[in-house]
Amino acid sequence: MANFGESSVRPSLIKGDKTYHDITEDICRPVEKAPTRLWYIAITITSLTALYGLTLLGWTIFKGIGVWGLNKTVGWGWDITNFVWWIGIGHAGTLISAILLLFRQKWRTGVNRSAEAMTIFAVICAAIFPLFHMGRVWDAFFVFPYPNTRGPLWPNFDSALLWDVFAISTYFSVSLLFWYSGLIPDIATLRDRAKNKIAKWTYGFMSFGWTGSAKHWQRFETLALVLAGLSTPLVLSVHTIVSFDFATSVIPGWHTTIFPPYFVAGAIFSGFAMVLTLLVIVRKVFKLEEYITVDHMESMNKIIILTGSIVGCAYLTELFVAWYSGNMYEQYAFQNRALGPYFWAYWSMMTCNVISPQLFWIRKLRRNVWFTFFMSIVINCGMWFERFVIIVTSMHRDYLPSSWSYYSPTYVEIGIFLGTIGIFLTLFLIFAKTLPVIAIAEVKHILKMSGEAQKKKNEAAERAHDLEHGAVPSPAFQTTSYKP
Amino acid sequence: MEQKNYWKGIEELQKDPAFVEASSKEFREELPLEEIFGSDSTMLASTKRRDFLKLMGFSISAAALAASCKIPVRQVIPYVFKPEEVYPGVANYYASSFIDGSDYCSILVKTREGRPIKIEGNSMSSLSGGATNARTQGFILSLYDKTRGQNPTVNNENTTWDVVDGEIKKQLQDIKAKGGNIRILSSTVLSPSTKQVIADFAEYYPNTKHVVFEPVSNAGILLANERSFGKKVIPGYRFDNAKLIVSFGADFLGTWISPVEYTRQYIKNRKIDAGNPKMNKLVSFESRVSLTGSNADLRVPIKPSEQSIAILGLYNKIAAKAGASSISGVPSTSADDKISGVADELIAAKGAALVVSNNNDANVQTVVNAINDILGSYGNTIDLDNYSNAQQAIDSDVMELVDDMKNKKVDALIVYNSNPGYASGFAKQFADAIKNVGLTISLNGRQDETASLLKYGCPDNHNLESWNDAEPRKGIYSLAQPTIAAIFNTRQAQNSLLKWSDNTDDYYTYIQKYWEKNIYPSAKDSGSFQSFWDNSLKNGVYENAAESGGKETFKGDVSTVAANILKNKSEGGVEIFLYENIGIGNGKYADNPWLQEMPDPISKVCWDNYVSVSFQWAKKFFESNSLAMNLSYDDKRTKDDLDYNTVHIVKVTSGDFSVELPLVVQPGQLDGTASIALGYGRTKAGRAANQIGKDVYPLVSYNGETFSYALTNASIKPTGKTYQIARTQSHNTLEGRPIINEYSSLSEYKSKHAEDGKKYKEDHEEIRKSTIYKQITYQGIKWGMSIDLNSCIGCGTCVVACNAENNVPMVGQNEVFRAHEMHWMRIDRYYSGDIENPEVTFQPMLCQHCENAPCENVCPVSATNHSSEGLNQMIYNRCVGTKYCLNNCPYKVRRFNWFDYTMADTAPWNALNVKDDVAMTDSITRMVLNPDVTVRSRGVMEKCSFCVQRLQEGKLNAKKENRPLKDGDAKTACQTGCPTQAITFGNLLDDNSAIMAARNDDRTFFVLDDLHTLPSIGYLTKVRNTETLS
Repeated sequence: MANFGESSVRPSLIKGDKTYHDITEDICRPVEKAPTRLWYIAITITSLTALYGLTLLGWTIFKGIGVWGLNKTVGWGWDITNFVWWIGIGHAGTLISAILLLFRQKWRTGVNRSAEAMTIFAVICAAIFPLFHMGRVWDAFFVFPYPNTRGPLWPNFDSALLWDVFAISTYFSVSLLFWYSGLIPDIATLRDRAKNKIAKWTYGFMSFGWTGSAKHWQRFETLALVLAGLSTPLVLSVHTIVSFDFATSVIPGWHTTIFPPYFVAGAIFSGFAMVLTLLVIVRKVFKLEEYITVDHMESMNKIIILTGSIVGCAYLTELFVAWYSGNMYEQYAFQNRALGPYFWAYWSMMTCNVISPQLFWIRKLRRNVWFTFFMSIVINCGMWFERFVIIVTSMHRDYLPSSWSYYSPTYVEIGIFLGTIGIFLTLFLIFAKTLPVIAIAEVKHILKMSGEAQKKKNEAAERAHDLEHGAVPSPAFQTTSYKP
Repeated sequence: MEQKNYWKGIEELQKDPAFVEASSKEFREELPLEEIFGSDSTMLASTKRRDFLKLMGFSISAAALAASCKIPVRQVIPYVFKPEEVYPGVANYYASSFIDGSDYCSILVKTREGRPIKIEGNSMSSLSGGATNARTQGFILSLYDKTRGQNPTVNNENTTWDVVDGEIKKQLQDIKAKGGNIRILSSTVLSPSTKQVIADFAEYYPNTKHVVFEPVSNAGILLANERSFGKKVIPGYRFDNAKLIVSFGADFLGTWISPVEYTRQYIKNRKIDAGNPKMNKLVSFESRVSLTGSNADLRVPIKPSEQSIAILGLYNKIAAKAGASSISGVPSTSADDKISGVADELIAAKGAALVVSNNNDANVQTVVNAINDILGSYGNTIDLDNYSNAQQAIDSDVMELVDDMKNKKVDALIVYNSNPGYASGFAKQFADAIKNVGLTISLNGRQDETASLLKYGCPDNHNLESWNDAEPRKGIYSLAQPTIAAIFNTRQAQNSLLKWSDNTDDYYTYIQKYWEKNIYPSAKDSGSFQSFWDNSLKNGVYENAAESGGKETFKGDVSTVAANILKNKSEGGVEIFLYENIGIGNGKYADNPWLQEMPDPISKVCWDNYVSVSFQWAKKFFESNSLAMNLSYDDKRTKDDLDYNTVHIVKVTSGDFSVELPLVVQPGQLDGTASIALGYGRTKAGRAANQIGKDVYPLVSYNGETFSYALTNASIKPTGKTYQIARTQSHNTLEGRPIINEYSSLSEYKSKHAEDGKKYKEDHEEIRKSTIYKQITYQGIKWGMSIDLNSCIGCGTCVVACNAENNVPMVGQNEVFRAHEMHWMRIDRYYSGDIENPEVTFQPMLCQHCENAPCENVCPVSATNHSSEGLNQMIYNRCVGTKYCLNNCPYKVRRFNWFDYTMADTAPWNALNVKDDVAMTDSITRMVLNPDVTVRSRGVMEKCSFCVQRLQEGKLNAKKENRPLKDGDAKTACQTGCPTQAITFGNLLDDNSAIMAARNDDRTFFVLDDLHTLPSIGYLTKVRNTETLS
């Protein structure tokens, strides 16, 4: 039988025989149902962790940065490590929503909502660190170029840290807009389904009066495209600018031109790992395996192989350039990374980021959910170590050996880091409970419902006809089922 | 009578609900408000009366709350009657003297609005010549030590002066009446007037004897000179006349007798003149690495027990060459080959050679005298006529006193500025014996370990609150004048003695009378006494030294003393040498946080004493006790720089005394020997020093004639405990980096310097040009500094001077361990060569004020930027504390205020982390703060400012005098404090300035020049004089 003109190459992105209604039901169910026991336990743990971190943040403000382990040689430690790590994690969301949209990668629709939410929450967590690593956080507004009577006195536009301020605030605003504008039709769906007055009012307010008219849809699509266009350079620029914090300095191990591409690749690498970590749990807990499929994971794992290999190349290039440069400080910095007192951080980074992702060349592993989950954690650890290695091992032994020192964090820094993980997960749990974790409207675009349904109907009719007439179905009429 | 229920209408009688409701209202009918006020009236607004009241209540309480949070108003009270010569904002300098026991320095005290805040050297003095040392610089802080004695005491209870005077005088009279013995125990008294006061007292109370005691004594020299030349004096050494100096353990650059004077003399022949390069040569035989040893051109490690034998060996070699009789039976030592070489050189340098030793044995010092005699040192490098008064203690005197006290032969003991209850090997006996004395009086400045044993405490003024004089060297007089009224209820010790001996003069009048009688007659052409006095007071010094008397005749008997020396045999075991710390001295400056936090020049440890051992010894020790060796030399991979500061605690035992101390591996410490600093582990030192380190004074022994600071047959055992030691530098080598330049010999310098200098200059110009950015051009002033590494001895004076000038916070032991020390200036110490006897190099490191500063372009808020005069400046109130500048500073000289160290925050309750007794957080200690320098609050970055406040002052003075700035108008604190004048500072655009002369020196180099930071500080290459003299 003919396939009714459809291509047999492209598999369906949604498994199971779903109707449009099924999709709405499946995705809205977790939102509309009363929270489960598991959810309550989870949010209790995460919010307590968040509270612990916030308390320690308060303690830092009250006492001074001295409660951290930083010293006269190492001025940045876990704080900026965590900052770069969180910002990097955010990148996957933007990449999925913007770049993949422009490249018409339809599979993104299954994962983009969660990934974008993750971006927002990760940027919130990231922003905590550059803000509170300031000795006088109450004067943080000095970094903004606001009109003033002091001359006027402007910030220093030469400073990479100032570029960071603009890069991150832009990034956060655009990401938030992108995420929220995509949510509007779905919020309207929830509004329309809401039975409870408060929910109806809240979702009604949040949906900005969406009626689903053709005009709305047209504007929605245009806005998505415009924001995708705006976000695309941001994917590349934000981490480029973060890398400038280091690349524009004079410290051996920081002062390298390779940083921008290396950081962007690393960011996407870690971002995808974090998306995987979250989605493996979400699809299981919310029973969304048919929407977030193994195919999705495989695609993301392929990106992980690519970006992981770029990062690996960057590491080796750094080593080569250190040797080739003939610069003794540079050479020592890299020798010290691999063999100095922080060798464990370096080799953790190498193992987690360079060696382990290569296992994804094996198709079986790539498509294994639990292995993927495990690897996503490994990569997240590896990328954290990468930032730690870059920041701390370069600085603790720089030019004058008389100032060389060792840095280890105090419980305050560790607690604040745990706290940001708590904040991140708490926000994600609230998000998962109150908003659809998959873009309902967008997933419906990729459902081949009419075609599939007709096909099935035809088949059923033929089968019935054959049985009725006792005729053996000719091979030509046999249905061809797709084999992946 | 029953009260009837009247009713007015049926509604009332029947209790109609509508009626009841209406009757409760004031107005039964609705008021026609709309008619009266109109429809849009405020009366009809939704805000109800109660809401209004609520809002008002909230506003008032909020306003009250906000108003009550206001920072309290502090009044600045102007002078109603302005004191003469005091102008608010203008500093006054008074010539005075730093006199504390044997320590002396002629100084200028800077006062602001009547408050002393800084000490500078007095260039009028021929002894110190404007030089200071760390103790002198730190002296100002001890003035504001709130744990000094604040009131007279009886049995450690506060009382009044009348009470103590009454009781003491009565008892003294009783003792006088019954002919009892009175003893005055003091440290060295430099002041001739004070000596006269004591003499007067002794005359008034017969049977009074003055006993001098020094914890770290040089009685051996006094006794040896008496035996050799009949003069019981410390000679006036002339290091400036010596071409070859051989020191057997005498740390004359750091702690030995009169270090400021000797350093200044020594460095005179250390300055390299490119036209005619000449240098003295310093040879040091020692077991520990002293400051002197680390500066020596030849350092020979030798055991303390072998020191005397080596001196005998040297005598034999020299005597043989000079044709004098030699001593037989001198065993060989490990240093014999070095000794014969040194003997040849000494002979070659005859007449310009000087041999000194710290050995406190009179026998050994007699041999040293004999050597100096053969070498013709007397009259050239040693002056016995213009002797030094710096050490006057004869050790047997104090031992005799303790015996007398024990045997109840002493009726009254007056202790003046002496602390034998702590700082002596006989502290326990002393404490026991004190119980046998009826009247015990302390004239110490604080209730220290000794004073608290005594009945009466009559706390002395601080030196800066007192009148005094000194004769540090014969014929060289010095005056001290008070620069502030006594802060506490204290009284000058001399006044106490005068009062008790019924002298009606106060000490000020007394000094004047003494000077008029004894010193004025020697002054020629000085007019009236008043003008002589005024002039001396203005200058701080009056000098009337006689010409050197020339040669002395050596009368000592070398063979007898040699026999005495050879009797002593080493008993094996670990040999320990006890030394004085360069900062806190014999313990008397232990309560000074500036000096406690000043790192030891060699080990860079602060706030602690420890056992220094050699690398070889430590390796064996750790292996045999299977302990992990956390050493940065050990294994490249596991060397953790801060873990290196985690050290083992060991138990040191000698006889029945044992003490647990941290073990520090000190490259250069001789294998099989150890050294421990005295002066730590005090129990009643005040705020900063209690329980800091351990007391090892019990290890000081008495050999029947003198104290000995070296012991043999000690044992060191592991305890299994570890300890975190605070040290400011934990990585000790240069890793082969071109950070310091040095010439290994004078001839290398001579042959290479012109060529090297030319090449360096060309390279530097090349680097300077290689930029795509526009170069800054300066007009008028471009400040620059030059540091001569050949002059720098690494003593640390500049560090303390900088602390004093710039209000640098002190952070305490724990914070130093966390690498949070705040010093704007540090002295980097690097080792090179053999680990058992390395060469040591010092490099003062401070903000380089780079023309192209990496810190400036990374600050997001421009809190650090460049001035038009080439200063890299910090704007504290703009700083938000990102620490980016610290990260990007290749010299790592920026310091971050991790906590509120100096209580600069408006929220004082959070300054908890800093020990109050260390930091400047109380109002009395804060009086030392320089009002010209901002006290930095928590969370801001700070660093060396090139003393910008001094530069501004210099410029303003020039402006007031309507002239251009001239060389020397502006000097930094490190520059003026430096005893060796290693630092030159000035305007690089002034071609005739001293700084340009230094900059044009061929030896100039810049640290990390190839980074294109273009530092404003140039360093001058070190030259070692390692060649054999012939």
